[in-house]
This record gives sequence, structure tokens and C-alpha cells, in this order.
Amino acid sequence: MDSLIQATGLTKRFGDLVAVDGIDFSVPPGETFGFLGPNGAGKTSTMRMIGSTSPISDGDLTVLGLDPRTEGPRLRSRLGVVPQENNLDEELSLYDNLMMYGRYFDMSRSEIRDKIDELLEFVQLTEKRDVKISALSGGMKRRVVIARGLINTPDLFILDEPTTGLDPQARHILWDRLYRLKQQGVTLIITTHYMDEAEQLCDRLVIMDNGSIVAEGSPRSLIDEHSPGEVVELRFPVGVLETLNSQIEDLAERTEILADRALVYTDDSERTIAIVNDNGLEPEMVLARRSTLEDVFLRLTGRTLVE
Amino acid sequence: MATPLSLRIVEAEARIYRRTWRGSVVSTFLNPILYMLAMGVGLGSLVDANMPGGVDGVPYLTFIAPGILVASAMQTGAGEGAWKVMGGIEWQKSWQARVASPISVEGLLLGHIYWATARVFFVSVVFAVIIAAFRVAPLLESLLAVGPAVLVGAAMLSATTAYTVRLKSPAGLPMFFRFVVIPMFLFSGAFFPVTQLPGWLQPLAVVTPMFHGVELARAIVVDQSPAIAWWVSVLYLSAWIVGFSIMSVGPMRRKLNP
Repeated sequence: MDSLIQATGLTKRFGDLVAVDGIDFSVPPGETFGFLGPNGAGKTSTMRMIGSTSPISDGDLTVLGLDPRTEGPRLRSRLGVVPQENNLDEELSLYDNLMMYGRYFDMSRSEIRDKIDELLEFVQLTEKRDVKISALSGGMKRRVVIARGLINTPDLFILDEPTTGLDPQARHILWDRLYRLKQQGVTLIITTHYMDEAEQLCDRLVIMDNGSIVAEGSPRSLIDEHSPGEVVELRFPVGVLETLNSQIEDLAERTEILADRALVYTDDSERTIAIVNDNGLEPEMVLARRSTLEDVFLRLTGRTLVE
Repeated sequence: MATPLSLRIVEAEARIYRRTWRGSVVSTFLNPILYMLAMGVGLGSLVDANMPGGVDGVPYLTFIAPGILVASAMQTGAGEGAWKVMGGIEWQKSWQARVASPISVEGLLLGHIYWATARVFFVSVVFAVIIAAFRVAPLLESLLAVGPAVLVGAAMLSATTAYTVRLKSPAGLPMFFRFVVIPMFLFSGAFFPVTQLPGWLQPLAVVTPMFHGVELARAIVVDQSPAIAWWVSVLYLSAWIVGFSIMSVGPMRRKLNP
């Protein structure tokens, strides 16, 4: 088997709740693979099963050729994990946190020491080596967690919402670091509910909703397949949008009326805007843009990603 | 597999302690001295004045020294089983990070129990040296009394861990200290013989781990035989340690490996 991860009918149940509902996917070596979906879609449960920290309810899963059910410790020794929360020891320095974690992998102290130097340089925190975690910003803590996940030189690196809650600058620094890992050939698995993150980083992704995979492909192919090339966003003064529903629906084959704006899917946004003006619609604001994964998600589920 | 990696947890806790020991050093060294002075010497002078034969045949300071030794081991064990576990699982969630490494839930639990027992041992040795310094007993005898103290500490550590891993919110911890730990501290024979308790309460005192430890430690320091055969108490305390450790595994796995 050439895939690093092979899942067939993978299922996770919590009592009556089905968190992951029989999903199939496989990830070849060197790929950056994404799980995109809203909160509660089953992304984290899937990641936990891959990371062998949550038992599989049903189906088959092979990770790095190992069975997470029976070979958990061996599997985890070859994984790097960045969980959703920064579960670092706040009272300890970066160095102590990384040294402690490396020891869980039975590495020698001198081996870990060399690795710490290398990793702190990689996440650009060398000068913070002896600073307590509690004194770091959110973005810096996230980078420490990434360094910690790489301490054992993993064959597979799993990141659960790596940039949630970070400011744009911190997100871009993180993306840059993850992109470098990708360039080095590290296989990355990422969950996110940011469309731009998935578009930036992922070679291939699945869109999850309610525990199921609703679409799969590269970001570009998903957009091409499920959404026309361009989107015109129209904003109207409060109360006006509701009165224009039928007129907006006439503008194109596919339109979407959201709470605060209308989306018109089109192949030619200039023509659409001309029609808007010809029909006497007077939007407060008009925005023409390329369609994104967000539009794909909306198309597939009828809902926006971040609500 | 579990055992060697659980020693990595001990190593990690020692690393954490090396950075945070200042917070606990006062209670470790000063509390025993304060207890010995206030209860043993201060209150003791009143007690001895009114009881010419002493309490159970010995001066009050001699009577309570092994009692407070065991009581403080009991408190240390309960504290480690409560705050350490709640912090690892719910607050810092550093235990989630640990089980994402090759360490298993069982290895993590064992490491936690090893380390916390070592803490109880250290606190008890300090206390024993202070008891000897107050000339209550020769150093060797008071150090021997550390044995039952550590058994009691580990028993309470296991029981408190089993309780904490079952909690849905940290609010259950102050309740536990108010209604279990503090009453046990006061009424398990450290400060007065349990025969002074109302008859219906005495069986309750006798089933606490602390009672058994106090009996054993006092027997060593005062050179008398305990009310209950020593091996019965040792078996009883060991059963607490093993039983509650096993009872911790299931809920701990449900929290860390959901």
C-alpha cells in the first residue's frame, strides 16, 4: 500500500451521536491533505482517530501501515501532533517544554538538545529559548506547539486548526512555516474552517459536513466543479434586500440570498453588474470576486462555513 | 512498555518541580514546625497539666507527632490527586499532549502515582527529621514512621485521583476537601484517640486510611503495639492504593482518549 493513510468506512460514535459517518479517504506520501468544514463536522474526531488518541467505532484505518487500535504507541512514536489547544506547560521555558516532550519519545538528551536548536530556529524563536511559555503571544505559542510536534522528526504531521484565533500576521508566519515543511516533503494533514487556509496550503482536501465527506479534490478542481468562475456580491440597505428576492433570482441561474447580502454566481461579472444597473437595482455596494471554497461549501450544504 | 515510559513522566514532573518548588517549600518545612509548636508544645502544655498520666500513657507532643506526620502525608496525597490531575486534564491539558506521544493512559497514570508518592515521601522525611529535632523520638524511629505515612499518602492520592477523573467540573474539588479531607484530618486519631468519638462515629474513623497509618506510626514512635495487627493495616492501605488506581483507568481513558 502506497498511501500513508487509508480509511474505509471510518466511523466515530459518541453514544447516539454519529460524529464521523463512514468516511473513505487516502493520503499519499508528501501530500498536504485538508479537512475543511464547520465546527462539529467531525474533523477533530477524524484527526484523533488518525493520531491514535481516540478509539475507532467502526470501519478500517491504517496509518503509516500500522493499525491505530493495536499498535498505538508505535504509531504515535512516528507522528507529530498539533492539537487545537496549546496544551503547553505554561510555567516552563520553551526549552524545558521541548526537552520534556522529546523524552516521552525516548530520545537521548543530547539528541533532543540539537533538535531544539534546529526547531527553534525553524519557528524563529531562538532568542526566546529560556522564556516561560506564559510570557509568549498566542502566535508564538502556536509556533512552539509546532516545534514540539516536530521534535521526533515525524513521518506524518497532523495539525488541528493550526491558525484558529490568530491575527492575520501570525497566520501568515505560520502558513509560511508550514509551506516550508511541505517543500521539505513532510506529509501534512490539516483541519481548518478557513477557506483561504485550505486554498493556500492543501494539495487536496475533503469538505466535511455532519460527519460525512460531501466533496473531494484539489481546491481549484472543487471550485471549478462546484462553482462558476466569478461571484458578484450585492449589499443593500437594511430591509431592502428582502423585497428584491425575485428580481435577484432572475439575475443568474444560481443566486444565494444571505442575511446581509446577495451572491450572484456568474461566468462574466461585468455583464452581471451591467444587468443589475439596467434593472434599476441600486445596491449600496457591489463586489466582483473569484469564487472560493466558501462558495463551494455554500453550494454543497446551503450554509456558510463560519456562522 | 508502560513502565519505562512512565518513568519519563516522573522525569517530566521533576523538571516541572525544579521550576516551581518555591511555592511548596514553605509548607513543606514550616508547617511541621508550626504544628509541632502550636499543637504539641502550646496545646500540649494544657493537656499534660490536666492529664498527669499523659494521653495513652505518653506526653501530648509525643502522642500527636506521629499523628500529624501521617495527617500531612494524607493531605499531600489528596492535593496531588486533586489539583495535579485537574490541571493536567482540564486546565493546562498537558496530559492530552502526553497521551499523543507514545505514552499510554496507563503509563501516564503510573508515572503520576510514582511521582506524587515520591513527593509524599519527601514531605514525610522532612517532617520526621523535625520530629526528631523536637526530641520526641530518636531519628531512626521517626524515619521508620515515614513508611506508614507514605502508604497513607499513596492511598489518598489514588482515591483522590479516582474521584477527580470522574468529575465533570472542578467545583467538586473544594467539596471533597471540605467534607472528606478536613474531617479525616481532624477525626482519624491524630489529635485525640478515636475512642473519644461518639460510638456511632468510631467505625467511620476506623475505615479511613489515615487511622491505620496513625496507628502504625504511633506504634513505631511510642513503642507499643497497634490496636489492629500491623499487617492488616498494611494490607488495607495497599488495597486502597491498588484498588483506586485501577478504578482511575477507565474514566481517565474516557477523558484523554474520547
